[in-house]
Amino acid sequence: MSRRITHALGSLGQEILLVVVILALFAFVGTYNPRFLSENNLTSIFVGNAYIAVAAIGMSLVIISGNIDVSIGALIGVLAVISGLLVTNGYPIWLAWLAPLVLGAAINALVGCLIAYARVPSIIATLAMLSILSGGLITFTGGQWISGLPAGYQLAQFRLLNVPSPVWFMIGMTVLAGFLMRYTTFGRAVYAVGSNPEAARASGISYKATVVKVFAIHGAIGGIAAVLFATQLQVIQSTVPVGLELVIITASVVGGVSILGGVGTVFGSTLAAILFAAIGSSLIFLNVSAYWLRAVQGILILATVLADMARRRRTG
Amino acid sequence: MTSMTRILIRHEAILGILFVVVLFAMASQNDRFLTTANLLNQARLMTEVGLIAIPMTFVIVTGGIDLSVGSILGLCAILLGVFWQNLGLPLPAAIGLSLAAGTAAGFANGLIVTRFRVPPLIATLATLALYRGLAEGISQARSVRGYPDWFAVLGRGDFLGIPTQLWLFALVAVLGIFILRFTTFGRTTYAIGNNEAAAEFSGLPVERTKLVIYTASGFISALAAIVFVSRVSTTRSDMGSGIELEVITAVVLGGTSIFGGRGMVIGTLIGLCLMQILQNGLSLSGVRGDGTTVVIGAVLIVAVLISNLLSRFSSD
Repeated sequence: MSRRITHALGSLGQEILLVVVILALFAFVGTYNPRFLSENNLTSIFVGNAYIAVAAIGMSLVIISGNIDVSIGALIGVLAVISGLLVTNGYPIWLAWLAPLVLGAAINALVGCLIAYARVPSIIATLAMLSILSGGLITFTGGQWISGLPAGYQLAQFRLLNVPSPVWFMIGMTVLAGFLMRYTTFGRAVYAVGSNPEAARASGISYKATVVKVFAIHGAIGGIAAVLFATQLQVIQSTVPVGLELVIITASVVGGVSILGGVGTVFGSTLAAILFAAIGSSLIFLNVSAYWLRAVQGILILATVLADMARRRRTG
Repeated sequence: MTSMTRILIRHEAILGILFVVVLFAMASQNDRFLTTANLLNQARLMTEVGLIAIPMTFVIVTGGIDLSVGSILGLCAILLGVFWQNLGLPLPAAIGLSLAAGTAAGFANGLIVTRFRVPPLIATLATLALYRGLAEGISQARSVRGYPDWFAVLGRGDFLGIPTQLWLFALVAVLGIFILRFTTFGRTTYAIGNNEAAAEFSGLPVERTKLVIYTASGFISALAAIVFVSRVSTTRSDMGSGIELEVITAVVLGGTSIFGGRGMVIGTLIGLCLMQILQNGLSLSGVRGDGTTVVIGAVLIVAVLISNLLSRFSSD
């Protein structure tokens, strides 16, 4: 019992730590260069990266269930292009918003079946999907950007109460997923499957069904992220953003989702995504070349993973 | 043990037959395919993937995985250019330092996996980001060109009528076959993959063996970088990105179980050739380069499915 309390405190600690680090970063870069804290820059940090935070929610579910998905970046690219092609070919806007969600769920449910029923390890199944989706996308579009998007399609440019819609999506999805993971049978099943599949099976939780559901939900959330990604500018780039899957995985892991499964919350991953966005932006304001961004991310993920392993060994 | 060998032989026999079938199919499709010039050129193109696939076979036989090989390749290529052009070192010294850097990168992977007990998948996913980030940061997206003529002999020249790098590949492959098959080190590798705890309790040097294997993977990735740079006579920071997928596909296609404990270097070689002629045949019949990555992804899934089916039969 006491271990559970320290564990709960431990996982909460990660979130408090993240808040402190984010505030410290804003304070530091803000003093160095006050323009960092201008409303314009803050908006661009949140709006430009909200889709990463949204996608990281689904990724957290996948990692908590003891799996991994390296194809999410490619999936977002493919779904964004599908959305753009639908709307430029005269289909209604609501369909272009909804189709990525449904298709994402369907594609990833299939991947979930490969993992759960055909026992293909998630890393192999999603590596293969990465290659199929990104190769297929470039072959199909030839790298052409999609332009001529109709007015009213740019969902990510809408504002409600003067707050950009991606921020609402980010907060809304985090709260929703947080509730789902904490207060529903499904959420508890995901934790159970991730921490001990054998025990979960013995207590009547279907491993296979849970994994397929996790991947389907992850795909649907990826669809929402794709719509936010597709509607933020006047054009849609039809190549997959390089390394997007790594940013999303890093957000989950740095947010406190244990790489060994079974532990973590979606709040942490959203905070970590905000932190990354802020780091990316602050490099520019600190006059550091943006080409170092990926190295900084690499160090962060490695440090978090090592700290996670050290903590696990200490608490047993 | 004998039944396991029989299964292995069967898998390799199936692969061999498949290889011959594909070879004839491709040859009947296109008369430019089955020419000595084309086959030797294909062998040249497959050397980098092939080199890395040899230590990757060891890694996967232990039940691990190394996703960072492509990033190590990129980092070592960039370092070669930096040491030679920016620091003004003689090229042989730059090659030596670049190989040392790759070995150190592999050693770091090994340390993270053995000392800190981070699962190889996550450890090398983190270093994938880190090493690629370092390559991008150090190069600042500048490429290095203008290598001397003698250096191009390795990547574009011939020795006794056969591409130079093929001799190097043959040497590494023979070494790989010998070590995995006929030495204590090789048997320890299998033992770790079959049951790591049991291997540890029988007094086998589990940690040291894994450390050596991951270090070798880094060294060979650096060697592949040298061959790559010599072949295309330029260095860019995105070199080798995604190569891990091709390497893992070749190894798994070659009958090495992704769960560890089973696999042979010969199988990897057949898997490699099968993949290369498939790619070559497709591009000769007009499928573009990106289209072939779709095929590789699909082949990877099918290979694991078949391997899972075979192991289910053998366990019954």
